[in-house]
Amino acid sequence: MKRFWGFVVKEFLHIFRDYRTLLILFGMPAVQLILFGFVITNEIKDARFAVLDLSKDETTRQITEKITSSGYFRLDRNLNTYHEIEAAFREGDIRLVVVFEPDFARRLEKERAAHVQLIGDASDPNTANILVNYATGILNNYLLSLNAEAIPLQIIPEARMMYNQELKGVFMFVPGLMAMLLMLISALMTSLSITREKELGTMELLLASPLRPMQIVVGKVFPYVFLAFINACIIILLGWAVFGVPVRGSIALLLFESFLFISMALSLGILISCITNSQQLAMMISLVALMLPTILLSGFIFPVENMPVILQWLCHIMPPMYFITVIKSIMLKGNGLFFIWKETLILIGFTLFFILLSVKKFKIRLA
Amino acid sequence: MAVSVDVQNLSKNYGDVEALKEISFSVKKGELFGFIGPDGAGKTTLFRILATLLLADSGTATVEGFDVVKDYRKIRKIIGYMPGRFSLYQDLSVEENLTFFATIFGTTIEENYNLVKEIYSQIEPFKTRKAGKLSGGMKQKLALSCALIHKPEVLFLDEPTTGVDAVSRQEFWEMLKRLKAQGISIIVSTPYMDEAGLCDRVALIQDGSIMQISTPEKVVESYPLELYTVDSADIYRLLHDLKKLPGAASVFAFGQSAHLSFQKGKLSREGVLDYLSKTGHKEVQVKPVKPNIEDCFMELMQKG
Repeated sequence: MKRFWGFVVKEFLHIFRDYRTLLILFGMPAVQLILFGFVITNEIKDARFAVLDLSKDETTRQITEKITSSGYFRLDRNLNTYHEIEAAFREGDIRLVVVFEPDFARRLEKERAAHVQLIGDASDPNTANILVNYATGILNNYLLSLNAEAIPLQIIPEARMMYNQELKGVFMFVPGLMAMLLMLISALMTSLSITREKELGTMELLLASPLRPMQIVVGKVFPYVFLAFINACIIILLGWAVFGVPVRGSIALLLFESFLFISMALSLGILISCITNSQQLAMMISLVALMLPTILLSGFIFPVENMPVILQWLCHIMPPMYFITVIKSIMLKGNGLFFIWKETLILIGFTLFFILLSVKKFKIRLA
Repeated sequence: MAVSVDVQNLSKNYGDVEALKEISFSVKKGELFGFIGPDGAGKTTLFRILATLLLADSGTATVEGFDVVKDYRKIRKIIGYMPGRFSLYQDLSVEENLTFFATIFGTTIEENYNLVKEIYSQIEPFKTRKAGKLSGGMKQKLALSCALIHKPEVLFLDEPTTGVDAVSRQEFWEMLKRLKAQGISIIVSTPYMDEAGLCDRVALIQDGSIMQISTPEKVVESYPLELYTVDSADIYRLLHDLKKLPGAASVFAFGQSAHLSFQKGKLSREGVLDYLSKTGHKEVQVKPVKPNIEDCFMELMQKG
């Protein structure tokens, strides 16, 4: 046991000596969280739009005003001909063009129907979709206010967004970011620290000593459990303090699940270092094989349900998906273990699988 | 005398390359045993097999009676191993490195301080310095201290003096002699022929085969040729011309002179002088010289 602690002390020394890496380790969560929280956002305000008003009457003027005053849009310019639409889009600032047909108000009155065309800039499809929906909503509202009495039956939807009333993007990013950073620190850092010993030749000395493989592996991992755990706390705290992301469920359960995920990622890191001999290769595997799936195939940014079936299967063999489900459930919905026992068990399964595999793969000799 | 290391018919291949070919030898307890040979002779492979870090393809090896395959765990407790490449933690200080190696062998610096005192006291003034910032000689001393701190019964030193200055090399060998006096068996490899004379016995190794095992004196005695050292104003042309001399067995540069060997009676000092004056050499000197290990090695290599 004394040998083991001697090993752990040495690992901590390595980590604290390398203060640049340490700075990145602890600076990264803050920077990432703030970047994701502020920059990547689906919320829309002040999108520029243009109007091609071929009617120029009181009604079209009122509608334009409604759109402008909604807060979502800002009138950029008035167009005069169809030809100008394309040019306006090409200039790049304009996201939506609203076209009123000639004699708009007269037709509305006489024929009980008039046409308005909404042209979105679908080079950014999500935004175009949202803007067209918003504009349609504004038009419908205006129509309702015009002839509230004329329509005898109405269904008025009252939507409420549970668990994230204001549809804040950061609510989604905090769990995803936690998965990503814990994966990065745990898997990448351990796999690097073991392959570094191989590269420097010190592994040769460790192997020729009475240390057992288990002692080497666990000793390597031990410090990173700490670091990753501290990082998890930093992310939760920052999310709460800066963006108001709540922890509605049990904090103890949240920390336990984080600990579980950290262990999973660490054992994955060990596995990577057992099958590689260079830091560069270990880094490539950690980044490409771990980071990308964590970001893309976990429901972090893109919902799993919308993916093709094959990719959905892929998601289901990626541990991050379960972790993100679990922490969303605890943080946003306030669920207890009863609702997430299945995901928890799967994470435990992954951890055991990776540990067993790496102990099996750990070489007691050089070749 | 008791045997410390025993090796029988050991072979190891890396693909098509034969690193070791049926090597056999044994080292007595408390012996300072040297492997002399150029780079790529198979020294490192042999040391790694003995340190239980590699598996041989065939043959057997025991260290202090323990089999290197079956009893590797027992061997790892009783050996000190110093790899050819400097393999300590560069970002840890001198003292931290030593403490670490003491701890993983279940001991402390204080407990075995006596053993490393002579070596370690020389680097102790720099004990807070990072190992990566030490000079070559000091690195070697630290590495030896780390390999010794757990009081091993057998010490494997793979090219410990490569890349170390002449003074440090000499100090290093003196330390090895004192360790030997404490009863530690030492197996050391080196590409430097002049270090061979400092061992109890040497094995000359080339291309994975041992050419000769003997005491340094016997190796020299068994030299079968006559050897002369030849000087001239133009050493480069001298080597060139001597090689063309009929009857010469070998010619190679030795410092600022040439070493010329031939079968007894085939040539004479006068004959050589005569030949060289004919080929226009000035300031020529030809003197008989006692062969050293390097001459023997060259001779054995030519035969092989």
